[in-house]
Amino acid sequence: MLLEVRNIARIRVPVRTYFLFGMIAAILTGAAIVYSSQTPAQGPQSGPNTQSPVPPPSASPQSGPPEAATSPFSAQPQRSGLNIVVLDPAHGGVDTGARGTGGIRESEIVLELALQVRRALELQGFQVVQTRQGNENPSFDDRSATANAQRGAVFVTLHISSTGLPGTARVYVNADLPPVADSNGLIPWERAQEPFLGLSRKFGDLVQGQLTQRFKGSPDGAQTASVRQLRTTAAPAIAVEISSVAVENRAELDRMGPGIADAIARGAAAFKPSYVVASTPGAAP
Amino acid sequence: MTARWKILLIGGLVIAVVAAAIYFPILRRRVKLAAKLQQQSEEQARRELAQPIAINPGDPRVKAKLFWASDALDSTLAPAVVELPLSNDPALRSKQVLNTLLAGPVDAELRTLPPDAVLLAFYLLPDGTGIADFSEALATSIPSGIASEQLAVDSIARTLEANVAQVQRVKILIHGQEVETLAGHLDLTGAFVVNTRPASLPSKPAPSAPTRAPGMLTPEKAPGKLAQPERKP
Repeated sequence: MLLEVRNIARIRVPVRTYFLFGMIAAILTGAAIVYSSQTPAQGPQSGPNTQSPVPPPSASPQSGPPEAATSPFSAQPQRSGLNIVVLDPAHGGVDTGARGTGGIRESEIVLELALQVRRALELQGFQVVQTRQGNENPSFDDRSATANAQRGAVFVTLHISSTGLPGTARVYVNADLPPVADSNGLIPWERAQEPFLGLSRKFGDLVQGQLTQRFKGSPDGAQTASVRQLRTTAAPAIAVEISSVAVENRAELDRMGPGIADAIARGAAAFKPSYVVASTPGAAP
Repeated sequence: MTARWKILLIGGLVIAVVAAAIYFPILRRRVKLAAKLQQQSEEQARRELAQPIAINPGDPRVKAKLFWASDALDSTLAPAVVELPLSNDPALRSKQVLNTLLAGPVDAELRTLPPDAVLLAFYLLPDGTGIADFSEALATSIPSGIASEQLAVDSIARTLEANVAQVQRVKILIHGQEVETLAGHLDLTGAFVVNTRPASLPSKPAPSAPTRAPGMLTPEKAPGKLAQPERKP
């Protein structure tokens, strides 16, 4: 009998210990949840090609504090407007894109251009997510996935053409796609852009207007083209293509950088009031 | 390990190295030869497939409208009228006009398609879908970019629209395969609308639109617009 009592006593001690550990773990978990909801959230994409949103620079009076960089999955109240710009420097890796006779490579220039555009957008208070920051080559779907995982985002893919009048810039929106007829409310991935075509057109026209002011000879409005990258993007999405890699001196393209960046940032800021964001990432507007 | 085993092991390794030194150059020569033969057979197959479409002198000569790049406006198409003997068979007629388009205008600067690109085959399905199968050069030699790729596809679609009323849409293949993009930008997974009017109606002459940008398309007449993708259920 005494032996059994001793055994029970031996058992009770570990149970208390487990209970204490459980309480501590629960407290720590709760603290972690509270802490994570107050820190700037990372983009939901965690793949190797996805860059984390960068908080706006604190020097800018227009940029919000880091806490304002809201994740779609954070516990903060949801914003209803455009917050995020997903920048896509096209090509990368073994895919150099357009190549000029002077050794100019599209993939390198658009990456440098993306940095300038990013700074300009952050000055306008936008959070920026890049589909690539180095010499990687994410697939079309990976790039779209980066945008589709965000809420309140627009998508801008940057290109440099092989042809066209040097010193001009064109904005493209996707050509018409068959209407989405699915009754379950889901947007088919292959036609994700379809519900956003009207918004894309509006966004594109605003950016093109800004570009035309800066680069004479550019069209007055956004053009329509069947751009593969735009088709699977469930957000207002445009392609900006600069002419061209055929220039003899790369400095000609470099000089366009600040104007391109400013035009995109101002176009996005002008578009912001007209974009009512859906309640879930990637949902139809 | 005894000394005898060590000698045997070293001897074996030496024999293996010598054998590899003799065999690898032979293997390398054979691989090169096989690659050369394969390249020759591919070239031969391409030449056989790309036999020029015989122009039948008995075919009625008509004024065909071909769309090449405009010399006046950047990244736009302009029609050029060329008198050609064209077959009444829509598939053959499509081949004839596309081959003429590929041959290019007098001013080579106004080309929309690469000079080394070849139309390998053209099929016309009963529903009005034209399948245009081009050689790889269409994808590899075309200047990379949204504007140039869209211009190439628009020139194909609008040339078919102006000359072959039976083609309602066109699907572009590269060497018999469906590809995701033409040269990294333009989506080739769907078919491009050519004619929206019924084929039975008398075909109206295509409006000349030398100033229309490739993107300025109307819903009624939208070459370059993606149709219902073929792979969709």
